[in-house]
Amino acid sequence: MGNVVLALVIITALAFDFTNGFHDTANAMATSIATKALSPRVAVGLSAVLNLVGAFLSLAVAATIASGLVNTGLVTETVVFAGLVGAIIWNLVTWFFGIPSSSSHALIGGVIGSMLAAAGSHAVKWQGLVSKVIIPAVLSPFVAALVATVGTYLVYRISRSMSEVSRRDGFRIGQIGSASMVSLAHGTNDAQKTMGIITLGLIANGSLAAGSSAPFWVILSCGLAIALGTYMGGWRVIRTLGKGLVEIEPPQGFAAESSSAAIILVSTHFGYSLSTTQVATGSILGCGLGKKGATVRWNVAGRMATAWVLTLPSAGVMGAISYAIAHAIGGTAGIVVDLVLLIAVSTAIYLRSRATRVSPANVNSKWTGSVAPSEPAAAASGS
Amino acid sequence: MSSWIDLKAVWEIVVVGLLAGAGLPALFAVGLRALGRPGPGYVRTSESNELVGGNPVGIAVATVCFAVVLAAIGYGIYIIVASGHK
Repeated sequence: MGNVVLALVIITALAFDFTNGFHDTANAMATSIATKALSPRVAVGLSAVLNLVGAFLSLAVAATIASGLVNTGLVTETVVFAGLVGAIIWNLVTWFFGIPSSSSHALIGGVIGSMLAAAGSHAVKWQGLVSKVIIPAVLSPFVAALVATVGTYLVYRISRSMSEVSRRDGFRIGQIGSASMVSLAHGTNDAQKTMGIITLGLIANGSLAAGSSAPFWVILSCGLAIALGTYMGGWRVIRTLGKGLVEIEPPQGFAAESSSAAIILVSTHFGYSLSTTQVATGSILGCGLGKKGATVRWNVAGRMATAWVLTLPSAGVMGAISYAIAHAIGGTAGIVVDLVLLIAVSTAIYLRSRATRVSPANVNSKWTGSVAPSEPAAAASGS
Repeated sequence: MSSWIDLKAVWEIVVVGLLAGAGLPALFAVGLRALGRPGPGYVRTSESNELVGGNPVGIAVATVCFAVVLAAIGYGIYIIVASGHK
């Protein structure tokens, strides 16, 4: 496997990082956009900058998805590449439906799927998968919902003597801080995963000595890819989280974001890597439960939960198919064919999304049962 | 069982999560309410919408609350940086 393959792996990894960025903008900014604490454009811009800063804040490459989940000795560049392709496709499918699913799970699922196709069941550490990925994934939304419910209840109770207007304005200011913290934590956690993958590819290729940490250009390019993705603003997911799940007021948004930021940071500190998406969604659900009379749309929550359960196996199947295609054709040509297929599928999903376009202009329009907004997108800009 | 689920970590995340994730927003709310307390000689009406009410004690309480919240955020950023350089 030569440098061409390595270059393709790096480009695909950065493409995944980009989808990770726009898929997850909602985690930090959906509630701030919904409560108008920040205008949509300012929100994604601020979040993008903080994601970039976050990518630089912690410089050691984390253990990454590989160790503990798969037998690293069996990982080849084709396995990593096929896994990335599976993860990108699943990220785009869930984005199309406006569902906040975990990008980390998509990546883990994709790599495990292609690993299974490449080397069989013994190459996967199933206990690691259950204890490091599945159990935290089941628990984290409940923990986040609990913390946000308590936070929302306290915030409303304490501020009930305040006038409606000063309460709204005060918590909007608070939201800028809390949303910033979520963005920063996101950049730190998620950009690391791609850095780890690229570094793994460089080590496998012999360009870096084993055990090396990520070179500066890897950190910079991953930080830029996730920041650019964030700035694109996955408006479809933002709309579902900000408008679809719960009708949100500033005190609720503030409580939800504080809960997300605290849980992500605390769990990182205790060595637990949680999905930012699941924590953020649990928190938003909690801020609906903690306020008397707030609307929580359980059917939307149910759809999300279904997508979460499907994420690992679906990304896995796509990773496996992608590996099978690359392997059947063989060598560099197989990887190139995969890449062409990936571009074709991505373009198809993007073109399909134009019919029900969500943009900064209509991201906050009234929720009428689906991500498709009741008002058309402004002609000028957005994605 | 303990190799499948780390109950101690879950418990720690719940407790510290509640303190930081619910306690700090509550403290911020206390600060906002104190900040809005009307100053001496001010007659409160239903149109009292300003964030700063002008009461000296209120402003002092608010300052302490916001300072604690900011210090906690600083500590949070310190944790990110420190855990990344292990």
